[in-house]
Amino acid sequence: MKAKYFKPLVFLACLVPLGRLAWKAYNAALGANPIQVITWSTGTWTLVFLMLTLTVTPLRKLTKQYWLIQYRRMLGLFAFFYGSLHFTTYIWLDQFFDWHSITKDVVKRPFITVGFTAFVLMLPLALTSSQRAIRWLGKRWQMLHRLIYAVAIAGVIHFIWLVKKDLRKPLIYAAILSVLLLYRVVVWGARRLSQERVENQRSPLLKRSAVATD
Amino acid sequence: MLIKKPSDIPSSEITPEGLYLSRRRFLGGAGALVGAVAAGGAISEILSPSQSALAGTKLQYSQSQYSTSEKQTPLNDITHYNNYYEFSTDKYEPADLAKNFNTRPWTIKVEGLANKPKTFDIDALLKMQLQERIYRMRCVEGWSMVIPWVGIPLSAVLDDVQPNSKAKFVEFTSLKDPKRFPGQQRNVLDWPYVEGLRMDEAMHPLTILAVGLYGETLPNQDGAPVRLVVPWKYGFKGIKAIVNIKLVDYQPTSSWTKAAPNEYGFYSNVNPEVDHPRWSQAKERRIGEFTKRPTLMFNGYGDQVASLYTGMNLKKNY
Repeated sequence: MKAKYFKPLVFLACLVPLGRLAWKAYNAALGANPIQVITWSTGTWTLVFLMLTLTVTPLRKLTKQYWLIQYRRMLGLFAFFYGSLHFTTYIWLDQFFDWHSITKDVVKRPFITVGFTAFVLMLPLALTSSQRAIRWLGKRWQMLHRLIYAVAIAGVIHFIWLVKKDLRKPLIYAAILSVLLLYRVVVWGARRLSQERVENQRSPLLKRSAVATD
Repeated sequence: MLIKKPSDIPSSEITPEGLYLSRRRFLGGAGALVGAVAAGGAISEILSPSQSALAGTKLQYSQSQYSTSEKQTPLNDITHYNNYYEFSTDKYEPADLAKNFNTRPWTIKVEGLANKPKTFDIDALLKMQLQERIYRMRCVEGWSMVIPWVGIPLSAVLDDVQPNSKAKFVEFTSLKDPKRFPGQQRNVLDWPYVEGLRMDEAMHPLTILAVGLYGETLPNQDGAPVRLVVPWKYGFKGIKAIVNIKLVDYQPTSSWTKAAPNEYGFYSNVNPEVDHPRWSQAKERRIGEFTKRPTLMFNGYGDQVASLYTGMNLKKNY
């Protein structure tokens, strides 16, 4: 599939959740508590896009569809986009800029603390998503962008902690995230093993020099 | 006990009949459908004139000095935003899932430490002196409504069975029937739903058994055929679809207390100063309003009920 044609389509598809929400709001079809619906919807889509972003790497490697990498940044930025809408909804529509109550929430309410943390951790990732930033940061870019694991974990905990009783939905996200993270642990472990094997095959002399140059 | 008499409801606050009827029609869907249902109702009325009252039947009731004159939440919101875990944990689902819930036959057994235990048929209850009670309803989740209930003071029912001096608390139990309550097929809560009140709370004139809403029998998703309404407590104390009321000498354990004792206490009085462990209770969003409003102590019923809790540490007894 030619990215030139496909990419704008994916971009538009990512905007569907927002369009749907706007359409419902315009038609006053958001139910009895519209602000809660907006909060839930934007929060849910933030999590969905975080999961999608984390799916790109395992999927492209397992299916050998290496072109998929072209979509990772877009998906990640949409996670940030919906996260920002979620955050804005809370600050503006829900709390109506009541900074006193917001500060208290962030400090005192664990589910808000962890949600707020997730959002703050997304900021450096969004800010360093350009080609220029990637080139400038070099190896450090990859290190920095591992923060997405923390963001996703915090996001799922945020969801688990806010639910009153029925944990089914947040646990679905927890399960998906576990699989995605487990894949990385397995890959990392396998790589360590093969590295050790390679090192053991080298002569003791070479091994020593390898350590010395490290 | 000091009972403050609220101002009478100005007639302008009452929904005009025309608007009310058009709303009902809208809710019923197409006019043809309404016609068909009405015709069906008429026919069954001829076939069995003593047919019991079903959801949507008009009720006879008197006004009450305990009603608030605040703007009432639209019926459509009251019937499409329901915490009714027996049907679903999603507030938007009970409206549809409760559609075919059958509330006949239905009896409420009132038993325990009483001289004259008695089983009430729901239709006998509907023939008692009904009153409209327009109350504020504050949900523990931080939203609120103003609901025109129709019901009877719980004290009227309790007086009828003559509680004896050993009765200290009242324990309420909902129907348990996973075939009719799809939500009971999972153990989200320990079914059946159980709630409790202290004897003086149960006998308080504000405490009612609601059998109607907006002048008609209770919609299924709001707790038909009979539910508890205690306006100064969080909404979840208002147990729905009641089948048993028992006078006891122990403090009953509510379903929510059982599920999370550190979050939901026995009293669960609305209190802006005592936060839920996970969120603040200082403010609430009135359904239909944009900005939040401050939550009032005892949900604004302090003048009537604060004396019940004199000397109690409300932080401890949340």
